[in-house]
Amino acid sequence: MQSLRWIYSLYYDGFVNMRVGKTLWLLIAFKLFIMFAVVKWLFFPNIMQENFHSDKERSNYILEQLTKEN
Amino acid sequence: MEHTELLIDYSRAQFALTALYHWIFVPLTLGLTFIIAIMETIYVKTLDEKWKQITKYWMGLLAINFAIGLATGIIMEFEFGTNWSNYSWIVGDIFGAPLAIEGLMAFFMESTFFAVMFFGWNKVSKKAHLTSTWLVAIGSNLSALWILIANGWMQHPVGMKFNPDSARNEMENFTEVIFNPNAVAKFLHTISSGYVLASLFVISISAWYLLKKRDVAFAKKSIVVAASFGLITSMMMLTTGDESAHQDALNQPMKLAAMEGLYRGENRAGIVAFGILENDKEVGDTKDPFKFMFEIPGALSFLGYHDINAFVPGIDDLVLGNKKHNILSVKEKMVIGKQAVKALGDYKKYKKEGNTLAMDKALKTFRATSYLMGYGYLKDPKDAVPDVALTFYSFHIMVAAGSWFLVLFMLILYYSMKNELTKKKWLLRLGLFTLPLGYAAQECGWIVAEVGRQPWAIQDLLPVGMATSNVATTSVMITFWLFAVLFTALLVAEVKIMLKQISIGPEGH
Repeated sequence: MQSLRWIYSLYYDGFVNMRVGKTLWLLIAFKLFIMFAVVKWLFFPNIMQENFHSDKERSNYILEQLTKEN
Repeated sequence: MEHTELLIDYSRAQFALTALYHWIFVPLTLGLTFIIAIMETIYVKTLDEKWKQITKYWMGLLAINFAIGLATGIIMEFEFGTNWSNYSWIVGDIFGAPLAIEGLMAFFMESTFFAVMFFGWNKVSKKAHLTSTWLVAIGSNLSALWILIANGWMQHPVGMKFNPDSARNEMENFTEVIFNPNAVAKFLHTISSGYVLASLFVISISAWYLLKKRDVAFAKKSIVVAASFGLITSMMMLTTGDESAHQDALNQPMKLAAMEGLYRGENRAGIVAFGILENDKEVGDTKDPFKFMFEIPGALSFLGYHDINAFVPGIDDLVLGNKKHNILSVKEKMVIGKQAVKALGDYKKYKKEGNTLAMDKALKTFRATSYLMGYGYLKDPKDAVPDVALTFYSFHIMVAAGSWFLVLFMLILYYSMKNELTKKKWLLRLGLFTLPLGYAAQECGWIVAEVGRQPWAIQDLLPVGMATSNVATTSVMITFWLFAVLFTALLVAEVKIMLKQISIGPEGH
């Protein structure tokens, strides 16, 4: 319990006493929001997960692509 | 896979953009953590409060770089899943293990000890704090190790076997993958270049303080640590660069030939110290590849094979073949590659029919030919040649810059020892303005490694055209420009915050 309290105070005091750090954390939060809530969600679906239901289907698709006449 | 050239180009350009921006932030973190650890060690040994102030100041700049660079690499993971889904499936098992270890290591080691390093000055003992700082340095460098093992495997795939049922490369020998000589050389060369960049960063800012005649004692102490660290790590960088070139000679001879603009292979091949390429040079023609050049005889043979008289194959030898030196032409490799592709198709067909005997025969043929499978997808032998001009110039800028850094570190240490550094304004100005060259050299190194590997996503096994997904070209184009704007904004933010902190100086920290 005491060590948990110590860890809490390490982070709490650290964040409270930050100067440039606050700007940086804001920037990190903004960046992560853009990346995960906008970019990933809108533009980056996981093609193999979304288009196929099982690993067998995924394997078959890739094998088909690899062996197609070019 | 009916991918248009435009889709492939945009997918590649987007990945290149992401990686190049990500690589602005990473090498500084890799090196600056060690410089800070050294500074803090001096503080703990001497108990001189000035060293504590120096350590904390550079730690502040590290925090800015770390915060801005944080998660820029995650976008590459998104791209793997969307733009490079075929590739991701095919390499999944090989990439999975190193990247999972990297994720765990980065999370537990870096995030835990980062907190102690930044927040723990008055919470833990001096020795515990110092240990945390060293562990941050070691942890961030170990994270790079796992990424570069994965990348090294793409350059020289070892320790795996392609499973024709799952269409995936499966790991057969973990030790072979992690001790892949290409990955080891790449890791050591990459981290040492990061150390050199961090040294240039500290030198550049310290030189600015010295030129402005402010915080002189702080700047003089910082510059000596940085130049000493830079000098030692420059030598490491040169040695590991030599090993990287040796690995290229053994496993990626086309890349080595492109790096030197070497079309006709020769014994006692020279390194071009300076040269301008002829624009309209084509594979197999008789034109001189250079408008003019100055070369060091025998140096390329020595660099590539550690033998001054060794034969170094040129682009013509590698494309058209060279019987005397047992080099297959790309055309011959394409025939073998097509056999592998056909055998894989036959295996699939006979499996469906339940013809075990024919299946075994097809698998045997596939196993014997699959080492060149990627050539089966090339349309023209010239497709096996990377962009020679981009590879050549990037390589030469990197080498010239690396050599200059070594001289700069020596000059700074020499004048520091003579206590004349503050009088040498020209040297301080050189120190200040060399930093952009350090970043340029970093990016050039990435270009040499990745553009020089083209057309391969996985060397000899999978060309980039086969690795891309069937996605809408417009979607890739939109995200390309979106990232260009986002990353540029992040870079501007970093530079602005960093410059503000530098102008405040160590006293204001």
